[in-house]
Amino acid sequence: MSMPADTPAPENGGPAKREAIRCARLTRHLGEGDARVHVLREVSLAVAPGTVSAIVGPSGCGKSTLLYLLGLLDRPDGGEIWIANENLARAGDEKRTRVRNEHIGFVFQFHFLLPEFSALENVMLPMRKLGRATPAQMTARAAHLLDAVGLGEKARRPAARLSGGEQQRVAIARALANQPSIILADEPTGNLDVKNSGMVFDLLTRLARENGQAIILVTHNPDIAARCDFLHPMRDGVFV
Amino acid sequence: MRTNLEIALRFLLARRRSMTMSLAGIAFGVGFIILTQAITTGFQEFFIRTILGTDGALRVEDKFQATVVNMGAIDAAGRAAGGVAVESSRKYQEGVAEPRRLIDAIKRFPDTAGVSEVLRGNAGIQSATREESGQVYGIELENHMAVSDLGRQIVAGNMDDFRKTPSGVLVGSALANRLRLRPGDSVLLSHGGRSTRYRVSAIYETGIRDIDKVRVFMHLGEARVLLRKPHGASYLQIGLKNPGRAPEIARQIELMASHRAASWQEREKVWLDVFRFFRILAAITVFTIVVVAGLGMFNTLAMIVMEKTREIAILRSMGYTRLDIAFVFMLQGGLVFAAGAALGWVLGALGTWGVSSVPVSVRGIFSTDHIVVAWDFAHYAGAALAAAAVVLVASWMPARRAALLEPAAIIRGASQ
Repeated sequence: MSMPADTPAPENGGPAKREAIRCARLTRHLGEGDARVHVLREVSLAVAPGTVSAIVGPSGCGKSTLLYLLGLLDRPDGGEIWIANENLARAGDEKRTRVRNEHIGFVFQFHFLLPEFSALENVMLPMRKLGRATPAQMTARAAHLLDAVGLGEKARRPAARLSGGEQQRVAIARALANQPSIILADEPTGNLDVKNSGMVFDLLTRLARENGQAIILVTHNPDIAARCDFLHPMRDGVFV
Repeated sequence: MRTNLEIALRFLLARRRSMTMSLAGIAFGVGFIILTQAITTGFQEFFIRTILGTDGALRVEDKFQATVVNMGAIDAAGRAAGGVAVESSRKYQEGVAEPRRLIDAIKRFPDTAGVSEVLRGNAGIQSATREESGQVYGIELENHMAVSDLGRQIVAGNMDDFRKTPSGVLVGSALANRLRLRPGDSVLLSHGGRSTRYRVSAIYETGIRDIDKVRVFMHLGEARVLLRKPHGASYLQIGLKNPGRAPEIARQIELMASHRAASWQEREKVWLDVFRFFRILAAITVFTIVVVAGLGMFNTLAMIVMEKTREIAILRSMGYTRLDIAFVFMLQGGLVFAAGAALGWVLGALGTWGVSSVPVSVRGIFSTDHIVVAWDFAHYAGAALAAAAVVLVASWMPARRAALLEPAAIIRGASQ
C-alpha cells in the first residue's frame, strides 16, 4: 500500500496500522534571499511494510529533498513525518538520530563506505551504534548479510579495494544491518552499469520483502521504476 | 565510545605522516619542558640547600623597639569608633644582648631543629706570606653543626682537630688559597690593635664565594676574647624542621622577642627571583614548541574534517550523534596527545638523566662540578597539562565543525 498526496490521513493524524512511514503536507524551501526556492509544496505520502515505492521525476523536482526529509536528515518548514507512531518533524536532533539508527536504512547513489574499514566492519557500524547485540552476534549478522549480497568471501577486504558494484552491495548490507522498518534509497543504481543496476535492485527488493521492510527509492531509471510496486511521479515539488 | 575510538584511530592512521609530525612536536615540547624545569629547579634547589646549609633557615639579629601610633577610626555615620594601633617606625639595638634567654624561648617553637649563637667581627688575617681582611665567626661547634652543613663542607684538614684545639680555626677555601694556608699552618688574627696566633685546623668550602673568601670560624670563647665582647651575640642562626615555614616563624619570633628575624626566603630574595625568572622564561620558550605542534595538529584535523565530510554524513545518517562525531575528532587529538606525552616523558627523563652527568664547573653562589637536576613528578604532570591544553584547543575547533555539519547538505552536494 502506498498513498500519494491525496490519500486521507488517519483520524488521529498518525500512521495507519499497516504503514511504515507517513508524511503529511510537507513543505520545504532551499536557499536564501533571491535564490530561495520552494522545493516541496505540501507533499503527503504513506508507505506500507514490504512494498517498494519509486519516486520519479525530472532533476530538481524535489525527489531527493523529500527522501532526506523522510529519512530525518533534514527538517521540513512545515508538515508531519510519522515513524513508529511518533511525529518526528519537530523532534530534537538526538531523537531523530536515534530513530535513524533504529528504524531507517539508507542507500545512496555513492556508497559512502568508510574506506579505512573492511566490508564486514562497514556493515557492523550501525549495529555497533545501536549496541543491542554482542560483538560475536554483530560479526555473525554482518557476515550473513554480506553472504546474502554475494560478498561473503570478500568480507575482510578493505572497502577501498572493492569494485563500484561490490561497494554498493556492501552499502545495501549496511542499510539492512539493524533490520530497519524503512529503507530509503537515493538513486541506488545511478552510479552502476546496467548489469549491476539490475542486480543491486533485485537484491535490495528481495531482502527488503523477505523482512517486510518498506522501500522508498528515488530513481531516474525507467526500468527500475517500472519494477516497483508503486510509482509516484513528481513535478515542481508536488506528486502529479 | 569504543567504536568512536576505533574510527578516530583509523582516520588518524590515514594521515600518518602529518600526525607523526604533530606527535613528534608534542613529544619534543613535553620532553624539553621537563628537561628545562629539571635543570632550573635542580640548580635552584641546590642553591637553597647551599644557603640553608651555610646560613641556616632563619637568622635572629638586632633587637628593636617599635614606635606605635594610634589612628582614629570612624563608623559609617562618621562618628568616632575607637582606634587602630599602627607601627610607624623601629629603633634598632645591635645584636642579641641576652642570647641564652632568647635561645630558650626559640627552642620552645615546635619547628625549631637547632639554634646556634654566633659572635661576628671584622679582623685582619695574616699568614706567613700575605695579609687579608676578613670576618671572624665565633661559634659553639656542636650547636652550629646542628643548624648548618659545616661538618660536610670540610675540604682539607679535620673537624676533630678543631673540636679538640681551643686555638683552632676553620678557614674558607678562597681565603686559604689567597693566604696559601694549609691545615696545620698558623695564622695571625688582629682586631682592635691586638693580635693572636691561631692554628688552621681545617679548610671548608660552602661554594658561596663571598663567604669562602672572608669567613673564619673559631670557638666562641676565643672570639669573645679576640673581639673583646664578653657578653651577647651578633645573631642566632636557627635550623627549622620545615624550612618552608621560615617566613611565618620569623614573624612569630619578631612579635614574641622584638628581635629582627630574617627568613632565608627574605635574605636570598634576589637570587630566588632570578631562578624563578629563568624557570618561567625557559618554560615559555619551550612551550612554543608545543604550540607549534598544536597548530600543526589543528591543520591536520581541519584537513581530515574537510576530507571526511561524506564519511561524517554517512555516520550521521546511520545514527551517530553530533557528540559521537565530535568525540571522533577529539579522540584523534587525545590519541596524539597520549602518545606524544608518553614519548615526551621518556625523552624528558632520558634527557634529564643524560645532562645530569654533563661536567660543568660552577663556583660563586654554589659549588658544583656537574649539571644539577631535580626529579619531580610535578614537572611531568605540568608538561603534560600544558600539552593537553594545546591539544584540546587544537582538536576542539575541528571537532565542533565536524559535529555541526548537516548530513543532508553534504549528501545533496555529493550526489549532484
